[in-house]
Amino acid sequence: MKNMSDPKQLLVSAIESGTVIDHIPASTLFKVIKILGLDRIRNQITFGTNLESKTDGKKAIIKIAGKFFEDDDINRIALVAPNAKLNIIRDYEVVEKRVVSVPDTITAIAKCMNPKCITNFEKVTTRFRVVSKKPVALKCHYCEKITDQERLEII
Amino acid sequence: MKTRSLVSIDDLSTEEIMKILKLAAEFEKDPISDILHGKVVATLFFEPSTRTRLSFESAVNKLGGKVIGFTDSSSSSVTKGETLNDTIRTVNNYADLIVMRHPIEGSARYASEISTVPVINAGDGANQHPTQTLLDLYSILKTQGTLDKLNICMVGDLKYGRTVHSLLMAMSRWKTSFNFVAPEELMMPDEYKMYLNNLGLDYYETADLNEVINMADIIYMTRVQRERFSDPMEYEKVKNAYVLYDHMLSETKPGMKILHPLPRVNEINTDVDANDKAYYFEQALNGVFTRQAIICTLLGLK
Ligand SMILES: [Zn+2]
Repeated sequence: MKNMSDPKQLLVSAIESGTVIDHIPASTLFKVIKILGLDRIRNQITFGTNLESKTDGKKAIIKIAGKFFEDDDINRIALVAPNAKLNIIRDYEVVEKRVVSVPDTITAIAKCMNPKCITNFEKVTTRFRVVSKKPVALKCHYCEKITDQERLEII
Repeated sequence: MKTRSLVSIDDLSTEEIMKILKLAAEFEKDPISDILHGKVVATLFFEPSTRTRLSFESAVNKLGGKVIGFTDSSSSSVTKGETLNDTIRTVNNYADLIVMRHPIEGSARYASEISTVPVINAGDGANQHPTQTLLDLYSILKTQGTLDKLNICMVGDLKYGRTVHSLLMAMSRWKTSFNFVAPEELMMPDEYKMYLNNLGLDYYETADLNEVINMADIIYMTRVQRERFSDPMEYEKVKNAYVLYDHMLSETKPGMKILHPLPRVNEINTDVDANDKAYYFEQALNGVFTRQAIICTLLGLK
């Protein structure tokens, strides 16, 4: 791939097989790591952040060796990295490209912005129905209040 | 089979609502039975609401059931001490059904997911109070003979009034047209107007009750509370603008009825009470029949 061989893109080393997640906003890199549980797996992971991007300001990139994601798992990052692009690598070649899309329900990722919501008082797994995808608006399964993009907080 | 709870009016299909209202009418004809014999209903009131609790307890007693429970008047105790999770699991050992009122929003939904017995939401903060909505629907159906295409005039605090929001959402299933009468600060929030827009339903907003009063099939009065106003002067200005007097009713529709979730303060002058159009005390009685119907439905007894 032309992009992949661009010297500016090779600030982190290439992987033999696994997944490269590109176009993550630099500001949400660590949220992406947390949502995907990358801080808890033993795979080799390299990441770069505050990289220049022509399209979206400072971006970050993550390369995870030997790891392939299901759509349901990867779509969980759409809340914080809506423009993320995945390159699936086998034998140093990009064999597939994928984009993320906001799922219809969000479980255990976002915090309800309503201070009077039960999820902010007791150990309750948060659940939301996505009522708008762009900009993101989430309706709490419990208090039924809307949490919008601006007030969105990742747990 | 999963235990059936009633947390939000949206949990019920239109068909289920009509079934409950029909059953309520049966209980109105014949309110006393022994159908709950041997059953225990727990009323867990994490904040006081005497009126609602009495209505539920009356409903259970008339059906031959027993009531256990508590009312907690110190609002601070909710945030310390036992978790709601533990309370519900414990009470599950003692009761066949739980009626719960709690100041925290979403608490009833959460309780319904933990509980092994049905949970009835008797109010979760500013969120939902579905049994109030069902008794309002029952009162409207009973007095108008139909729920279809009525004109409902909502008056007072339309911004914070949970009751009017739920009633609006529920009645919109029957192509209602609405008039909203409220002071500037307490107007119906945009999200509800958007909801009606999306359904293609008519509404009209005004600050003058006299302008729309004669169109109404139902006038739904609510309290305008001093503490809702950021500026106390503003409250003083509007507090008497949303009061209903008997002389205002002379040109209203003959079958029109006035509803109010009670308690009232001064928003319906006592000279209205003697008018045939005053219906708020009967409405409270309807609450008992409606709750009898809800309890039996959730327990699968009818
Ligand atoms: Zn919530």
